[in-house]
Amino acid sequence: MSKDLTEKKSFLESEGTVSLLVVLLGFLCGTILVLLVGRNPLNMYKAIVQAMTGFDIDRGRLNVRYIGETLNYSVPFILCGFSMAFAARVGLFNIGGEGQYIVGMTVAQAVALLGPQIPGVHWMMAVAAAVVAGAFWGGIVGILKAKYEVSEVVSTIMLNYIALYLSRMVSFKLPGANTFRTDNFPETAKLTNDFFQQITRYSNLNNGVFLVVIAIVLYWFIMEKTSLGFGLRATGYNKDAALCSGIPVTRSITTSMAIAGAFAGLAGAIVILGSFAHGRVISGMDNYGFNGIAVALVGNSKALGVTLAGLLFGILKNAQPLMQSRQIPKEITLIIQGLIVVFIALRSGLYLFQQWRKTKQIKSGGEA
Amino acid sequence: MEDYAIEMIGISKAFPGILANDKVNLSVRKNEVHALLGENGAGKSTLMSILFGSYSADEGTIKINGREEKIKDPNAATALKIGMVHQHFKLVHNYTVTENIVLGQEPRNRFGFLDLRDARKRVQKLSEQYGLQVDPDAKIEDVTVGQEQRVEILKTLYRDADIIILDEPTAVLTPQEIDELMDIIKLLKSEGKTVVLITHKLKEIKAVADRCTVLRRGKSIDTVDVAGVTEKDLAEMMVGRAVNFSTEKKPAQPGEVVLSLKDLVIEDALGAVRVNNLSLDVREGEIMGIAGVDGNGQSELVHAINGMYPLTSGAIVLDGEDITRAGVRRRIQQGVGYVPEDRHKYGIVKDFSLSENVILKTYYQEPFSGRFGYMDTKPMDELTDKLIEEFDVRAGKGHVTEAGSLSGGNQQKLIIAREINLSPKVLVIAQPTRGLDVGAIEYIHKRIIAERDAGKAVLVVSYDLDEIMNLCDRIATISKGQILDVSDVKDVNEHEIGLMMAGEKKSKAGSDE
Ligand SMILES: Nc1ncnc2c1ncn2[C@@H]1O[C@H](COP(=O)(O)OP(=O)(O)OP(=O)(O)O)[C@@H](O)[C@H]1O
Ligand SMILES: [Mg+2]
Repeated sequence: MSKDLTEKKSFLESEGTVSLLVVLLGFLCGTILVLLVGRNPLNMYKAIVQAMTGFDIDRGRLNVRYIGETLNYSVPFILCGFSMAFAARVGLFNIGGEGQYIVGMTVAQAVALLGPQIPGVHWMMAVAAAVVAGAFWGGIVGILKAKYEVSEVVSTIMLNYIALYLSRMVSFKLPGANTFRTDNFPETAKLTNDFFQQITRYSNLNNGVFLVVIAIVLYWFIMEKTSLGFGLRATGYNKDAALCSGIPVTRSITTSMAIAGAFAGLAGAIVILGSFAHGRVISGMDNYGFNGIAVALVGNSKALGVTLAGLLFGILKNAQPLMQSRQIPKEITLIIQGLIVVFIALRSGLYLFQQWRKTKQIKSGGEA
Repeated sequence: MEDYAIEMIGISKAFPGILANDKVNLSVRKNEVHALLGENGAGKSTLMSILFGSYSADEGTIKINGREEKIKDPNAATALKIGMVHQHFKLVHNYTVTENIVLGQEPRNRFGFLDLRDARKRVQKLSEQYGLQVDPDAKIEDVTVGQEQRVEILKTLYRDADIIILDEPTAVLTPQEIDELMDIIKLLKSEGKTVVLITHKLKEIKAVADRCTVLRRGKSIDTVDVAGVTEKDLAEMMVGRAVNFSTEKKPAQPGEVVLSLKDLVIEDALGAVRVNNLSLDVREGEIMGIAGVDGNGQSELVHAINGMYPLTSGAIVLDGEDITRAGVRRRIQQGVGYVPEDRHKYGIVKDFSLSENVILKTYYQEPFSGRFGYMDTKPMDELTDKLIEEFDVRAGKGHVTEAGSLSGGNQQKLIIAREINLSPKVLVIAQPTRGLDVGAIEYIHKRIIAERDAGKAVLVVSYDLDEIMNLCDRIATISKGQILDVSDVKDVNEHEIGLMMAGEKKSKAGSDE
């Protein structure tokens, strides 16, 4: 009987459960907030259901387009989440997802506008170039950290700004550039998927989804199934023991930052080639990179966790306009996201609560 | 009716896959030194953590001074005048001794500001009263491990503890410090304190304990008067079979030199010379022991052999090949095995399973990794199962157990199992049996000797002269980073080695006997 108790405890303490509780807590607070501003929280949930399933409860109508958009919105969240997560598993704090994303996007649009317009090859070149560019941008951080012990937190923040202004400089030089956009992309560079468009009533859902699925599998495979991932995880858990066991720690750091950058770079390519018809001259950040930090935290840097967390963020983003049309302030979603992150940070507090509950359980059990 | 300070009755505690305490009974009389003895993983630390409120028991009752108490957290234990010094210390490194001691109940003056003057005075007084010789103003980062431990003891005294629990206090101490600690424990007793002492060293139990309770696989076996039993009796009670104290071994058959250290100079980060022009040859088929007082360059030396510490000058030659400039992995591939002194920091990855720790040095090779680095779990789990069996590593859930949840001694067994399994040309072991029970020591010594007989070179660093004399074929005595003497074990006695270990510090030599 005491065996059973121990099994149950370990389930309650599992990281996944904590994340789930945190998300629920975030929604609970969101609900209370909506009540406080005098609106009906039911409308919030109706919007979320519609973003998730495309089903409009009020009108009893189904529009699958919402599903497509939600999936499409989730793509950069998931990928930038992996960018953060991959570094986090090695014990690094990658705040540079944003910069790596921008670099990937910029390179992708440059190749899209300037590259050879060969069907089936052009977009692949653009995506591949973006991945390489993101890896390069992340790799710089890794080398600075591994060779010169420059804190990755500082260098990634600086590289974010460098990426932003570099992107503007480069994009201005692209064909047809004005203050905010370039010429339209040729069809060969786009990730459009006619079939997806048909079944989702012309949402922006595109071939990027396939790339994301590949990325998810790759992330899981590299981390959990390969010797590379083994060395990276060992480094993340205990750098000294890793060094002492001959694991190439400096190389691990550089490799992991480069791979982290590759994920963010891919996100940039999919967003620009999938959801835009033209290149962008950006004046600010899209914040996918920063949201990726939250996604990774909520998802515990695990493949499945990050995917689910990314989907959640995608749903919330797509639910924003739906909420507004139901008189719910759309900022509520941002508040919920923010709260979730805060609660994750307070995870240790929750852990203490569980401990307290556990002792209470045992005591009442003992006295009964 | 006897007067008991502690009565723990029918205490049970389960962890996933293991019953760490199984209806354990422990009665400690007022003002006695009570030893707690048991194999690695028998549940000693768990039982004491329950008494101190760090864990809650699944069942059982606790009485303190005859009154039933619920100890829900360490604060409750402190209120009941129970203090504990853990296996691993919990001090803040950049705080002073006094600051560490008052931490959690900082004294305030009437304006609400921190006022350490009285506290400092009290620390000073307690330190003198119990012969602890601790400087109240020293920063923790500047004091030795032995001193840290005394600060922990002071901390319990400062909080008026009447019952003091010491969890394997001597595992981290040098022989000199151990003698001093024994005196401190006697003094604590004479001042009216009750002491619970966890230790694997039977000598210590005989030296200071009044009674001893033996745990075996989570159950309390017996409580005996120490005066009425021999060390052999205790060992047998604990392991459940006869134990051999002196290790049997055939004479060494040394061959070629395998590891050659040539004029090594090692400086630490601050530029102080730790190893000074040291040369030493270790041959195949022999166990070379380095005897010396802690802090004379041994730690830096073995770390440097593994490639973890840069050499200022000198050369390291392994089997005819210069590995002075080789990286850690290259050295491992060339045949360097290493059991580091600080096993938590350098030896294991606590969040990894036993399997993952077993392949920590070889994970990228066949059969663990195949093409494209794809890792197969079957070979690593099979190997781990084999090692768990051979080395008797007690783990709740077999090879998937997290290494961090193992008891201290079982972590050590795991590391040694990994290194011996690699069967390196030269096996460098710092403190091979630190924290191990007598049964485990017997087995580990046997395996080390088997490596020697298989023609490997073994280099052992130990602060425990008994162990060196027992295990090694040749003994190199180190002092201030230099080897003073290398002798065959047959040609020297403990006294001579002790004198040499002291080097110029002759005053300390007497305490080695
Ligand atoms: N936090 C934990 N989670 C899971 N298992 C644990 C935990 N702490 C202890 N155990 C298990 O409980 C058993 C008893 O451990 P404990 O630390 O009490 O042993 P010990 O007698 O102190 O041994 P040692 O002499 O090696 O220190 C061990 O098998 C250990 O693996
Ligand atoms: Mg213990």
